[in-house]
Amino acid sequence: MAHSRLSFTPDDRVNAFLTTCPEPEYGTGRLEGLAIAIKDNISTKGIRTTAGSRILEGYVPPYDAHVVSLLLAEGAAIAGKTNMDEFGMGTTTENSGYGPTLNPLDTGRVPGGSSGGSAAAVAAGMVRMALGSDTGGSIRCPAAFCGIVGLKPTYGRVSRYGLIAYANSLEQIGPMARTVGETSRLMQVIAGYDPRDSTSIEQPYCHTPDKNIQGRRIGVPEEFFGAGVDPAVAAKAWEAIEVLEKKGAEIVTCRMPGMAYALAAYYVTCMSEASSNLARFDGVRYGPAADTKKPWHEAFQERRGTSFGKEVRRRIMLGTFALSSGYYGKYYAKAQAARQQVKLDFIRLYKEVDVLAGPTMPTIAFRLGEKADPLSMYLSDILTVPANLAGVPAISVPCGTVDGMPVGLQIMGRHFEDEAVIDTAFAYEQAVV
Amino acid sequence: MNMENMTAVPIAGSRSEQSAGYISQAAGSPPHPEADETIIGLEVHCQLDTATKLFCACSTDYRSDGPNTHTCPVCLGLPGALPKINRKAVEFALRVAKALNCEVLLESVFSRKNYFYPDLDKAFQISQYDKPLAVGGYLVIEGDKGEKMVRITRVHMEEDPGRLVHKGGVDRARYSLVDYNRAGIPLIEIVTEPDMRSPKEARRFLNKLRVTLEYLSVFDSDKEGSLRVDANISLQPEGWFDREKKSYKGRNRVEVKNISSYKGVEKALTFEITRQRNVIRKGHPIEQATRHFVETQGITTASRSKEEEQDYRYFPEPDLCPLRVSSWVEQIDLPELPDARRARFIGQYGCSPNHARTLTGDLKLADFYEKVAGNADPALSATWVADTLIGELNYRDLGIGSVTPSHIIELVNLVKSKTLTDKNAIDVIRAILDGILQKQPAETPSQVVKRLDLGATDSGIAPAAIADVIREQPQAVADYESGKKEAFMFLIGQVMKKTRGKADPAELNAMLRDALDGRGQ
Repeated sequence: MAHSRLSFTPDDRVNAFLTTCPEPEYGTGRLEGLAIAIKDNISTKGIRTTAGSRILEGYVPPYDAHVVSLLLAEGAAIAGKTNMDEFGMGTTTENSGYGPTLNPLDTGRVPGGSSGGSAAAVAAGMVRMALGSDTGGSIRCPAAFCGIVGLKPTYGRVSRYGLIAYANSLEQIGPMARTVGETSRLMQVIAGYDPRDSTSIEQPYCHTPDKNIQGRRIGVPEEFFGAGVDPAVAAKAWEAIEVLEKKGAEIVTCRMPGMAYALAAYYVTCMSEASSNLARFDGVRYGPAADTKKPWHEAFQERRGTSFGKEVRRRIMLGTFALSSGYYGKYYAKAQAARQQVKLDFIRLYKEVDVLAGPTMPTIAFRLGEKADPLSMYLSDILTVPANLAGVPAISVPCGTVDGMPVGLQIMGRHFEDEAVIDTAFAYEQAVV
Repeated sequence: MNMENMTAVPIAGSRSEQSAGYISQAAGSPPHPEADETIIGLEVHCQLDTATKLFCACSTDYRSDGPNTHTCPVCLGLPGALPKINRKAVEFALRVAKALNCEVLLESVFSRKNYFYPDLDKAFQISQYDKPLAVGGYLVIEGDKGEKMVRITRVHMEEDPGRLVHKGGVDRARYSLVDYNRAGIPLIEIVTEPDMRSPKEARRFLNKLRVTLEYLSVFDSDKEGSLRVDANISLQPEGWFDREKKSYKGRNRVEVKNISSYKGVEKALTFEITRQRNVIRKGHPIEQATRHFVETQGITTASRSKEEEQDYRYFPEPDLCPLRVSSWVEQIDLPELPDARRARFIGQYGCSPNHARTLTGDLKLADFYEKVAGNADPALSATWVADTLIGELNYRDLGIGSVTPSHIIELVNLVKSKTLTDKNAIDVIRAILDGILQKQPAETPSQVVKRLDLGATDSGIAPAAIADVIREQPQAVADYESGKKEAFMFLIGQVMKKTRGKADPAELNAMLRDALDGRGQ
């Protein structure tokens, strides 16, 4: 395979990249010579990978994540690693150990998170495509805030091998790009079965977007337009849904009662899993070393206490608590029951409709520092977490602006019907071009 | 799902305050610890002898290689790596479950056991918790009062952690090194009900388990560290435990950890019985606790008490799918197991029950014996292999693998044809084994017979030797004639000395008696 080199010297004024590769190699294939930005929690052989955390400062993985191997095999060039909330824990990219990323459309605002670096890199035109990861909205939120397209695939459709785990049962790697077509094109390359990921499913994605949605039934859950959703944002989303209706879709309003417990179920689950996933960072094997002159338990406690950010420590402690003997039944087990209710809501609704639609985020991009209170930040995930709890595909596609900032239309589909989600988003995008 | 009520080992009856109750109940009369019954349950960890690790493709053959050479992102727990179950390990575990007469669950689940230790690279061990692979089996052992059934509570799979290495010994080293070669080796944990009543029974259970696993070709007991045992032990009034079952309010149990040999189990438990008896004798309660066995000193030492024990925060491993393998079990064909083989040895080869038990008590020995029995008199072979050969091997710390069956076939045939006397045959075995110990080129029995001139002679030199002895020992002959029985033994000894053991003792006996008795007439 003939290898060539790209020159990649972006004018990164928004701190989108944690690491850039100035002269990345590329080969031949479907993505030949395309510079692609990779979220920093996706392992890249020989390229520093920190997941936005100081505890992984200087860590260079000795192996490529499955998706990275697929990109390279199709000729892509790895442009660099993008900033993110530490380990994916945040909705603003302000929780990075390496400083916040700014929204390229208004540098006084956040780009959303946790894949804020990837979204900003695409929105600012530094790259055409990027990979993000979505645990509770981490692809769709920054896509909405930065005015680009981001897809969270069906759980199992894209291998997680090499993705630094935050909450294994919820997260998926997914494509981000300026258009639905390019998002779909990246999805073609990264989807498919990987024997190294036991939750991976044999379901390749070989789809070309089709804008014909004649007769498609679109459900609109009332809860997506309820309390906490900015009326201006809700109005934009409704306008977009009406566009789809004009294109031949049938709009059906419906209810998702399980949403009442969705946030609680989501946060208990992700924090519990995170408390276990992040326990391995003890300064013994990678990242800044623990002080070997001190007894091991003292040294690793010090390393974890000083290198993890505040939000990460909060979630580790809450997750540890939720899994503790005597509390497991009250928290983790209950969260799984609530999660099951959300799943059942989707299954029930998908008997009557093909996709569900609503706004991606309740508001436009926050101002920097606006979500200093963690609880108000958690609440802003309410519209994105249901898809993660159920494992269904969901996309955010730009649908106009409020106060000059973009709004995202979210479309969720049935398990393994990422194609229907892409087509619906494509139909909207083509109608408003 | 109520995890709090889950207990891996249902032996634990009571808390310490309840045990104090027992003491006070018995306070009217002084406690008699000697009349107590020992209640023992085991948790046995065995390494499954697969070619690759439980969740990655790394080789398990690490023992002769340098540290951290059999590792990859998965077994090093690098960020982003994911486990993938080794089907062979599951198959091995299913063989064990089936051989132990267990019920394989329709769905079993891997869970994370979370704790911090530098040899545990992910800071959690992938194990099984509330939904183990299999439950409710049994193993028949030779108990103190005849055959008995030891019930198996559960069988589950988990990964081995790495290993800490201390240069110059744990007391002297200023730092710990960690070797992850062992990390991810498949383990099977077998938990028994508290059905053993003595350290000897515990050891017999382990031996029976070991041989069963070896017959299943899933375990190699020769590999260092391939077996680890935790033993739970309590002393209860005679018969009480069996009456009260699990709900008894007896004395607390103690868990002895860190036992890594078959002999160690017996030693650790024997020590623990003495220790607990002394505590009871002084009128103190037994505290529910975990103790560590120190193999070099044969004692147990206190470690953390149960109250301070860590909370492992088990939860289902999200990176692995539940195992649904119950139908797979039916397709698994078990090989002949030790009990069946023992019965066959008795029936097919005419082995005595004791010989059959010894011979089938070790897979390699049983295979060895069958090779010999196929080419030599089976009953005679059983005696020579089970009695003589084993003893001589053990004396020299050699395994059955160091001798070849053809040597023993030849030896048994020489004995059978009376070409070799029993006494000299033993010398031949000793000569061969000594040669092996000194790493000399292996000699066949006939070569040894020739070199040491041990061949039996029928009549040849015997009459001459008898005539010589009668001539040389007139006093002894006179004693014999006057009725002193010991004199005959002395004379036969002298004759054997002259024939150098080559003559058949029974024949010599008759010849000498004829010669002596014939003289007077």
